[in-house]
Amino acid sequence: MIAHKREPVLSVRGLSKMYGKGCPSCQTLTGPEFNNNVCPVCSSILALHDISFDLYEGEILGIVGESGSGKSSLVQCLYFDQDATSGEVYLAHYNEGKDNVLNIPASKKRYLRNHLMGMVYQNPVLGLKLNISSGGNIAEKLLAADLYIYEEIRERGKKLLEKTEIPMYYMDEIPKKLSGGMQQRVQIAKALANNPPLLLLDEVTTGLDVSVQARVLDLIKALQQELQISMIVVSHDLGVIRLLTNRTLVLKNGRLVEVGLTDQIMEDPQHAYSQLLVHSML
Amino acid sequence: MNNLLAKTKGTFQYNFAFIDEGSKREIRRKILKAIAIPGHQVPFASRELPIARGWGTGGLQITMSIIGPDDVLKVIDQGCDGSVNAVSLRNLLVKTTGVRTTFDSREATIIQTRHRIPEIPLKEGQILVYQVPLPEPLRRVEPRETETRRMHGESEYSPLWVSLYEDIVKWQAVSIGASYPCRVNEHYIMAPSPIPKYDINKLNMAENLNLFGAGREKRIYAVPPYTKVEPLQFSDKPFTIEDFSGLSCRRCGARNTFLDEIYDEETGEKYYVCSDTGNCDLLRQKNQEELRDEHDCA
Ligand SMILES: Nc1ncnc2c1ncn2[C@@H]1O[C@H](COP(=O)(O)OP(=O)(O)OP(=O)(O)O)[C@@H](O)[C@H]1O
Ligand SMILES: [Mg+2]
Ligand SMILES: [Zn+2]
Repeated sequence: MIAHKREPVLSVRGLSKMYGKGCPSCQTLTGPEFNNNVCPVCSSILALHDISFDLYEGEILGIVGESGSGKSSLVQCLYFDQDATSGEVYLAHYNEGKDNVLNIPASKKRYLRNHLMGMVYQNPVLGLKLNISSGGNIAEKLLAADLYIYEEIRERGKKLLEKTEIPMYYMDEIPKKLSGGMQQRVQIAKALANNPPLLLLDEVTTGLDVSVQARVLDLIKALQQELQISMIVVSHDLGVIRLLTNRTLVLKNGRLVEVGLTDQIMEDPQHAYSQLLVHSML
Repeated sequence: MNNLLAKTKGTFQYNFAFIDEGSKREIRRKILKAIAIPGHQVPFASRELPIARGWGTGGLQITMSIIGPDDVLKVIDQGCDGSVNAVSLRNLLVKTTGVRTTFDSREATIIQTRHRIPEIPLKEGQILVYQVPLPEPLRRVEPRETETRRMHGESEYSPLWVSLYEDIVKWQAVSIGASYPCRVNEHYIMAPSPIPKYDINKLNMAENLNLFGAGREKRIYAVPPYTKVEPLQFSDKPFTIEDFSGLSCRRCGARNTFLDEIYDEETGEKYYVCSDTGNCDLLRQKNQEELRDEHDCA
C-alpha cells in the first residue's frame, strides 16, 4: 500500500443532490432499505443523500455502485456541472480549504474548474466538442485558464498528446473521426491541460474494447504515478476499481453503504449490498 | 408639449421623432443601463416603426429616443450619405423632427450609421448610433440564447477563443472580417456591429459615445466615451486590419482612408473610392482650395 499524507485534498461533508422539489418524506422513504431513490410521495429523485468522504493527496479513490446509484451525480456536483442541493465541499488548493466551494460565486467556481480540476466524462460528447480539432479541445481548457499565447498553446497541446499517447497527426483532426479509445485519451489530455491537482474520471473505459480498455487503464495508472494527481475513478466495473484504486466508496440508491480499502472490500465486504456486488462479479 | 409635435405634410400628426414619449423614456432608461455596463447587451421592447425590422430599426429607435430639436443629424449607410437606405432613414427622421442635417461628420451631434465609423475622429458630445443586425458575439460558437447569456455572466469566453485558434490552425489567420469580437472595458465581449476591422481601433478610448441598437434581436449596448476596446488577439498573433497600401481614392486621392472597390461599368476597370463620402467631399474641397491658392500665388 502507498502511504498517503494525512491532509485531504478534497473533503466532502453531507452532500445531497435532489432532482425535483423534494418533500419531508424523501429522506425517510428512499435508500437501500427501499431499493429506490424515487420518493413515493413527491416523485423527486434523491440521487445522493448525506455523502461524506475525504480524498487524500496522490490517492486514487474508487466509486462503485449499480446503474442509477448516483456515481455520475456525485462527480458532476464536484465539478459544478450540477448544483448540489446541500452539503459542504472543501478543496485544499482553494483558500487553504477554508471555504465551502459549493457556496462560492459562479466566477470562482469557473476558476476552480479550469485551474484545479479535470473531468473525463463517460460520454465523450459531454467532455469534447466533436467538431473542433483535438488540439482545439485541449486549447479550450488552456484558454479558459487565460493562456493567450498561440504558440505556447500549440506546444502544450503537443506535449499533452505525447503524454496521453495520441499520435501527433490527430492534433488537428476532429474527434468525430477518432475511435472511442482515442476520444477518451483526448478527454484525458484536455483534463490534464492545466496540471490540476484533482482529476475526476467517470466510467472512462465503459464501452471500449477490452484491449483498448486495458491500455487506457495503464495510461491512467502511469499518469498517476508520474504526476501524483489525486483522482476519483467512477466505475460500475469492479475490475477497473480493483486495478486502479486504493480505497473505494460503495454507493447504493444514493447512499454511501461502505467505505474502505479496495482490497478489503473485495476480500471481505461488510455491507450486504457490497457482498452482493462482489460476489456477482466473481 | 406643442413644440414636441412636428406637423407633417398630411393630416396626421406624429409625436416629435415619431415614438411616444413614454416609450422613448423606456428606451432612454435602457440606454443609460447600457452605458453603465459597457458592452453588456440590454434587452428592450422594440417598437413597431414604419420601416421593416432588419432595416436599421434598432438604431432608429435609439436616435428617435435621444434626438432633440437642436440636434444636427447625419445618417450614413456603409459610410455613404446618399445611399437609398440612408436617405429614407434621414427623411423619416427629418420629417418627424425637423432637425438640421449635415454630411460633415464634425458638425453632427448625432450620427446614425450602418457598417462604418467616420474617418475623422469623433469628439466629446457627439453620439454615434449603430444599426446592428447581429448583436451576439458568441452566436458563432453557441446557438442557444440561455447559454450565451450564462457565458457572458461568467465571462466564459474560451469557446470563442477556440474559434480563433481553429482559424489560425486552418488558415494561418483569424477569418472574421466584419464585426470582429472585442473586449470592452476588460470585461464583456461585444460584436461591434459589422464595422470593418479598420474601424475597430477607432472605438478604443474614443471621445464620443457609441450606442448600438439591434431592432430584430431587441438589444441595446454601448461603449461610453474613453472606454478600452480591444479586439480579441493572441499575444503572438496580432490583430491586423484591411490593407489598402498602394491604393488611393479616385475622387479625392486620399491614401489613408477605408476604400470601396468599384468596377467601372463601361470599361470593367477596377478602381477605389473612399467609403466615407462625407470625408471624401471635404478632402476634394480642400484639394480644390489648395489648387485655387496656388493659382492665386501665381
Ligand atoms: N439531470 C437529471 N435529472 C433528473 N434525474 C437525474 C438526472 N441525472 C441523473 N438523474 C437520476 O439520478 C439518479 C442517479 O443517476 P446517476 O447518473 O448519478 O447514476 P450513476 O450511478 O452514474 O448511473 P450509471 O451507472 O447508469 O451511469 C438516477 O435515478 C437518475 O435517473
Ligand atoms: Mg453514470
Ligand atoms: Zn476619397
